[in-house]
Amino acid sequence: MMAEKGGVPERRNPLKWWKQYARRYSIQLSVFGVLLVLFAIFIIVRPGVFLSYDIYFAFMSSIPFTAISALALTLVIISGEIDLSFPSIMGFGGWVFTNLFISTGNITLALFGSLVIGALIGACNGLLVTKVRIPSLIATIGTMYLWRGITMILCGGRGTPLVAAKATMLFHVLVGRLPWKKIPLQAIWTIVIAVILWFILNRHKFGLRIYHVGDSVSSARMVGINTDRVKIITFMLMGFFATYAGVLASLEVSYLWPTLGEGYLIKVIAAVFVGGTSISGGEGTLFGTFIGCIIIGCLEAGIIAMGMTGFWTRAIYGAVIVISLSFYSFIRRGS
Amino acid sequence: MIDRKSPPLIQLVGIHKHFGGITALENINFEVGRNEVVGLVGDNGAGKSTMIKIIMGVYKADKGEIYFKGEKVEHWTVERVRNLGVETVYQEKALGEKQTIWSNIFVGRELSNPLGFLKIKRSKEETDRIMRKYIGFTSKAIAPDSYVKTMSGGEQQGVAIARALYFDADLIILDEPTTSLSLTETKKVLDFISGIKKGGKSAIMISHTIYHLYPVSDRFVILDRGRIVGEFIKEEISLDELVEELQTVASTGHV
Repeated sequence: MMAEKGGVPERRNPLKWWKQYARRYSIQLSVFGVLLVLFAIFIIVRPGVFLSYDIYFAFMSSIPFTAISALALTLVIISGEIDLSFPSIMGFGGWVFTNLFISTGNITLALFGSLVIGALIGACNGLLVTKVRIPSLIATIGTMYLWRGITMILCGGRGTPLVAAKATMLFHVLVGRLPWKKIPLQAIWTIVIAVILWFILNRHKFGLRIYHVGDSVSSARMVGINTDRVKIITFMLMGFFATYAGVLASLEVSYLWPTLGEGYLIKVIAAVFVGGTSISGGEGTLFGTFIGCIIIGCLEAGIIAMGMTGFWTRAIYGAVIVISLSFYSFIRRGS
Repeated sequence: MIDRKSPPLIQLVGIHKHFGGITALENINFEVGRNEVVGLVGDNGAGKSTMIKIIMGVYKADKGEIYFKGEKVEHWTVERVRNLGVETVYQEKALGEKQTIWSNIFVGRELSNPLGFLKIKRSKEETDRIMRKYIGFTSKAIAPDSYVKTMSGGEQQGVAIARALYFDADLIILDEPTTSLSLTETKKVLDFISGIKKGGKSAIMISHTIYHLYPVSDRFVILDRGRIVGEFIKEEISLDELVEELQTVASTGHV
């Protein structure tokens, strides 16, 4: 983020190199530092909990649903927009998946069908923002209620068991456990998705365009970028991955809740902002978001393990958002 | 040297443009020669931006024809204009400020493999070469992966001009390139503009400040209330005389 004028750090002088490197990546390093401090506190206060494998197993099962959404949301925010409707897309995508599976018995078809629908819902958000020109904050509040309402109507307010899915191969591929050490597979998938999205954002021309569109739409348009298309595609990726997260979350508990996705909004947004992505667009990293997800994910467990009640978590999420935004605003001004 | 033998690079013939009942441009005949820098002057509302936007393909003329390198061009659109080699450098927002220089040079026309993955190392090397070759950047403090916001306003204009030259623009439109710049920064930008001419390319420059326009232009075209009211070749007119002409135009509406 922060760069000294010199740009390329000089390798000849290791100390200088490290200084420039630290300045350039100061936000990522700060996020990582916060994570380390947080874990240090947890381990000191509750070594019994935080030095056992069980808590990490719990993190690896639950954080992926936040992380998959947060990684996709990072792209949307870098492009200068926001999507508040993703928790509802998780819910609706989960409903499509469940009903396709129940009516056809084919879980692969259900998965791909729901992902396509999720991407199309994302495209609708993108069209509302770019073609109808409604600010994304407002447009996606609208679609957030729309898709949640539709899901509720379709479910009649009742959940659907997904126990039959447990007998399928795909279930074990998506949310099974690696035999050794009992690693939840959704954690592996999250890392795979993070790596793929990292390559798209940092090594592909589409990613470069996302940054430029978020930085200044007018200058991006001037160099011939179809800025609407870039935004629509990021919204589609958001819809696609929100649905994927919804499907994983339903499979994990083998049950489709009509409220699937609720409660993720604040956690996911907090994770993205804690990770150092700027709300004004054009800046942000998937690494930051990834670490942000771990911070947000372990806060709740940490708060409870430290003997505070669950009521504290909301207040602490809120405080974390406000403090991190203030902190980054301060760092950016300093540059 | 200005090439007067070949047909002009761009030629506007009998261009009219109305907005509702208001005449923005009336019977405009304008041309830019090869390797020529034309200064476009006139008060606010004289029609400079309308004319520029017609050249850029943003507005469509109500009447009139546009020729490029001697050939009449139908369907004069933004895309078409860009493909013909016309680039615009705006006074601000030309670059993504939070991004690196190399990404600003190549974004939209990335050096990538067939799958779209970026050739970052080559892009940086090319950027280094472009900065030195086209605009004579020598500053050691600025490297291809420096962030644009760490550069001064004049240097940022320089990057925008270098980008246009690198992508083989034959005609560069400079829209108020020196507004809001300090004296030394303005000097840098004027040097970059001289570089356009040295590189054999043409430019149209709009500026409120005749003192910036005079030294880099070969010819001056004065617009007033939608009409071209005067045209001078630099050899024919001194800076003081030009300033006087402009004052006459402002008060009487003709030269």
